[in-house]
Amino acid sequence: MLIAGLIVAAFLGPLFVWRKSDSPSVARYGIASAAAVVGAAVTPIGMGQCAFAEETSGVDHVLAWALMAGGAWLALIITQSVFDKLDGKKTGGGGVAGEIRTGGYRMGWWVPWLLLSPTLIILAVFLYTPAIQTFTLSSKLTRLGAPRSKDVCFGNFSELLITDPVRLVAYPLLAIGFIYAARLWVTRSTPDTWSRRGADITSVVAMLSAFVAFYAMFSAGGGGQVAYRPVYLNTVIISVGIVVFGMVGGLAIAYLAFRQIKGGGVYRTLLIWPYAISPAVAGLLFFMIFDPNAGIFTYTMESWFGIDVPNYRESAILAQMAIILASSWKIIGYNILFYLAGLQTVSIDQVEASLIDGASARQRFTKIVLPALSPITFFLLVTNLTYAFFEVYGTIDFMTKGAPAGKTSVAIYEIIRVGVNNGDLGRGAAQSVLLFLAVIGVTLWQFRTSGERVSYGGS
Amino acid sequence: MKGLAPGVRQKTFFRGRRWPYHIGLTITALIIAFPLLYAMLVATQTNAETYAFQFTPGSALAKNFEAVWVKRDFAGAMWNSLQQAILVTTGKTVLSLLAGLAFVYFKFRGKWIVFGLVLITLMMPTEVMILAMFRLVGGFGWQDTMAALVVPFLASATGAFLFRQHFANMPTELLEASQIDGASPVQFLLKVLIPLSWNVIAALFVIQFVYTWNMFLWPSLIIRDESKQVVQAALQTLTNIDGSLNFGPLMLAAVLASIPPGLVFILMQKPFMSGFAVGQDK
Repeated sequence: MLIAGLIVAAFLGPLFVWRKSDSPSVARYGIASAAAVVGAAVTPIGMGQCAFAEETSGVDHVLAWALMAGGAWLALIITQSVFDKLDGKKTGGGGVAGEIRTGGYRMGWWVPWLLLSPTLIILAVFLYTPAIQTFTLSSKLTRLGAPRSKDVCFGNFSELLITDPVRLVAYPLLAIGFIYAARLWVTRSTPDTWSRRGADITSVVAMLSAFVAFYAMFSAGGGGQVAYRPVYLNTVIISVGIVVFGMVGGLAIAYLAFRQIKGGGVYRTLLIWPYAISPAVAGLLFFMIFDPNAGIFTYTMESWFGIDVPNYRESAILAQMAIILASSWKIIGYNILFYLAGLQTVSIDQVEASLIDGASARQRFTKIVLPALSPITFFLLVTNLTYAFFEVYGTIDFMTKGAPAGKTSVAIYEIIRVGVNNGDLGRGAAQSVLLFLAVIGVTLWQFRTSGERVSYGGS
Repeated sequence: MKGLAPGVRQKTFFRGRRWPYHIGLTITALIIAFPLLYAMLVATQTNAETYAFQFTPGSALAKNFEAVWVKRDFAGAMWNSLQQAILVTTGKTVLSLLAGLAFVYFKFRGKWIVFGLVLITLMMPTEVMILAMFRLVGGFGWQDTMAALVVPFLASATGAFLFRQHFANMPTELLEASQIDGASPVQFLLKVLIPLSWNVIAALFVIQFVYTWNMFLWPSLIIRDESKQVVQAALQTLTNIDGSLNFGPLMLAAVLASIPPGLVFILMQKPFMSGFAVGQDK
């Protein structure tokens, strides 16, 4: 099985170079082929080939192949960037590199290293080491505080997934096919340029297909499997809720507040301050407001409108909505802050031109203000998403503690529940790796999309 | 039109009367303030007054304060948080300044690799590796110590990049002049760069202070001794006062816990905003 994977990698290497490179040569095909094989081989050999040992399931093989594909892909990207450098082509990293001026000091080689050493040591010990350990722990069964551990290879991962290897492969492939079909359809129907609308449609299709594919791939539980599908679903619902609520609200309020009126600065301070509140305190404040007996919300609903609100901690939808509300209340100040800064950059010339043309207020907003804000919107999308992934822990811990029946237990909450409260370090680490991959995915998507779609005012 | 002040030009931007905005903004500000205002009200009440939905200040502020601040030593937790926030913020600023200096004013082999290694940490949030970090820091024997709350957070990719960008936008003549005077890099940093960077330092200070003060998950894992606990995690233990849920003291603690970051934010708002503008500036 391992050999088969390596042979496939040997063929895929040249294919990659053929697609990406302008000046392919036989030598480069050879190098790429070798790089792909090495990249694909490193991880499984590092794992002791355990995934291909006997008595492993099909799901283990699928995961091992996915890992090999990832290794090969990484190796090929590095190889390709080396080729590009040899060709003198500007690569993505060149932009970042170009920003730094060459230094002015001519001193011993050790001086800059001395200046950087505190930062590098802290990063190595407290960021890189635990990151690597998270991966090694994820392939083990080990208890918190116990020295002994057992290697389980992909066991911690495969128990989170569906047991049928064929479907496990089919779902992501279907999703990718769907995304490419949507792209093709958009470029066909608007052949002239890569339009903004087209980009919008394809990114929505891409997000939906990815969402459905992951939903189908995670196990719903039963038969010794861990029910990770509900956790995934909770994470998506709560994160999307926070991002949508927080950003739409933030933009609306910023649009109201950025006009120059008397006392504008005071209003802005009064709108932004929840930025300084902690997620834990946000949870506590809304824990009070929504309390079924002492909370003002329940009281007003009943005495003013005659609505008998059920206990939010016993209803999945209400509990999720309460978390979303508390979290977006806390993040909204941050969003207002950035949108206020962004609104200062809207081109007044364009607005004046649109006024002369007789554009309505709504057209002015959708055609001029929104496109001008898209870099900020995109930046906020990613920061809000990270907030919704991680900081929400404090809010949940105070408001619901995952209740009812785990319906507000999101990925980070589940990691702590499994890893610390149950002391099951290996399983918790495996879930951490999934969250890690999600963060990397979001970041890569940010890099890709920000080049493709974000408008910088003009054109 | 070019010569006009932005305020005057803005008048053409959005025509119409002003008072609807005043009303809209006041209502929005009140809605946003409501959770905290309500908490302040409850903080003065006894549980009976809270359950009776009495909308006037209650009678128990002093008693609630004593229950939280003295009996449960919330003062101690506030002190721990203050120490942590100041140590982390200072350390991060110093380390980021040094890193920015090295990145902009020195040329050395492997700069891009180091730069990439720091850049990559931006997509490595502590939370995804929190279990391994818990095991690692616990292995150092750092449970219940200030070191566990401070040392892991001393390096900051955000800070290093903020200063790098700020320094890179400064005129080259500064360095030449200081080199002619024979100043060492550290003197250059102290005498020239820092005085020109107060806005960025203030912006970073606000971000880091709020971030550190509001930390919840990590302290609640690594600190088990109540007397060493920081504010956010100490709130968790206050959900049980005298064997039951007492809203008054709990809300008072929540309000007290929000005062230092709120104060830092409001007092340093001006430099914070302009420092942000530097950070956003390409």
